[in-house]
Amino acid sequence: MNVLFDNFWALLGIKLLLIVLVVMTTALVVIYAELKLGAHFQHRIGPYFAGGRWGWAQPLADALKFLQKEDIIPAAADRVVFKAAPMVSLMAYFAVVVIIPFSPRLVVQDLDVGIFYALAAGSLGTLGVLMAGWSSANKYSLMGGLRAAAQLIAYELPLVLAVVGVVIQAGTMSMVGIVEAQAEPAFHLGSVGIPLPFVLQGQLIGFIIFMIAMLAELSRTPFDLPMAESELVMGYLTEYSGLRFTMFFLAEYAGIFVMSALVSTLFLGGYFLPGLPSNVFGPVILMGKTSVIIFLIIWFRWTWPRVREDQLQGFAWRWLVPLALANLAVTATLKVVF
Amino acid sequence: MSFGDWITEAQNIVFLVFAIAMLFASVVVVTSRNVVHAALMLVVALGGSAALFLMLGAEFVAWVVVLVYIGAVVVLFLFGIMITRAPTGRDTARLDHERRWPALLIAVATFATIATTTTLAFEDTEVAGEVVRTAQIGDLLFNRFVIPFEAVSFVLLAALIGGIVLARKDADE
Repeated sequence: MNVLFDNFWALLGIKLLLIVLVVMTTALVVIYAELKLGAHFQHRIGPYFAGGRWGWAQPLADALKFLQKEDIIPAAADRVVFKAAPMVSLMAYFAVVVIIPFSPRLVVQDLDVGIFYALAAGSLGTLGVLMAGWSSANKYSLMGGLRAAAQLIAYELPLVLAVVGVVIQAGTMSMVGIVEAQAEPAFHLGSVGIPLPFVLQGQLIGFIIFMIAMLAELSRTPFDLPMAESELVMGYLTEYSGLRFTMFFLAEYAGIFVMSALVSTLFLGGYFLPGLPSNVFGPVILMGKTSVIIFLIIWFRWTWPRVREDQLQGFAWRWLVPLALANLAVTATLKVVF
Repeated sequence: MSFGDWITEAQNIVFLVFAIAMLFASVVVVTSRNVVHAALMLVVALGGSAALFLMLGAEFVAWVVVLVYIGAVVVLFLFGIMITRAPTGRDTARLDHERRWPALLIAVATFATIATTTTLAFEDTEVAGEVVRTAQIGDLLFNRFVIPFEAVSFVLLAALIGGIVLARKDADE
């Protein structure tokens, strides 16, 4: 076993395989959760027959169905860019998983620039969306791509600023370091130190800003204008079919998992829960926190209407950015004072 | 060191791969007849430069290149191109310009300046071979280089205000 782990290439291969497996599996689980929860929110039963019980095999069946479909590339499309777009989109989220710590040791690579790397890698996904929108040679696609880009540019800023608040408080950008900072006792009751996650340590506003900006980054309701069905058919996905559509679809749900895991790590204490050894229960704790966030995201989708384009832009620039800056200023001041 | 010795070292091979990819991409950026292709090739070239920074152990700078240049600047380029005119397929409009020779001259002169100054400044300095910690960069930026740093941020602020002035339409006009 050690021979395998000591060889650089073997270890790299194992890590890459693990990332792909984890992202694919969780994406399928999130798709199932969306189908089932969405159905219950609307007083339906949802998937019922596939797999024999609760329709658990529905996402697998869907994936198989998509794989069999014809791969259509429009005649006017820019073939190379059209083919590359879904890969860029999916790869961006794969890259982010690298730094998510599932336990103090179970992390693909704990980088010193940790969360900064995640933001940089995640921003590449925008490129895939723009490439898809332009190369499809379709007006709906182009409009969808433009809306997506405008939205991602607007909400990237509050997202980053909310993260900077956490980084200031933790004093490090390493993801493991951020979790360890939340495992430190925040205050003492008698002789017992009470650790608190950052959301309870004054980053509540940062947490809310991050959640809102995250919904916009993921193009989820109420910010799903890039693929508003009633206006744009399917936005930048309009011309995609078969395997390439599946890749975009997986990227969307993988994105929900990845961003939820980031929120859990940054604001909710990640793999740490007081009283439980994180070395053993770390992955379970992180997955539990992530599931709560994913449930929230799905809940929002089936409850809220869609905002208008000007409301979306105005909300980001007039409210979120100044609020995030104020949050940053307060956090930095408190950090210096205490 | 002969070329034979040079090429047998692993890091030189990696460098060569990135350098050739970057060169190819940069040439396409200039010669491509399609603006969007040019912008996408710029992504490849910038990604290559980020990779070179990673090879030097400058992790933070590498990801700044990715976040700022690829994630923001090129995305804004593409956004601008698509919102004004989005040529799908082969673009028939000429991307050439009659002032291409002065442009070439400036480009070569800039390259010569940067290449000379960096070569003179670093000469044969060995790369430490370890990742530079972000805390070190922060210390340097906010202690030794705090005045240049603030000056650069002031220039950026001026550019920002200039942009707003250019873009805004007054009600009385």
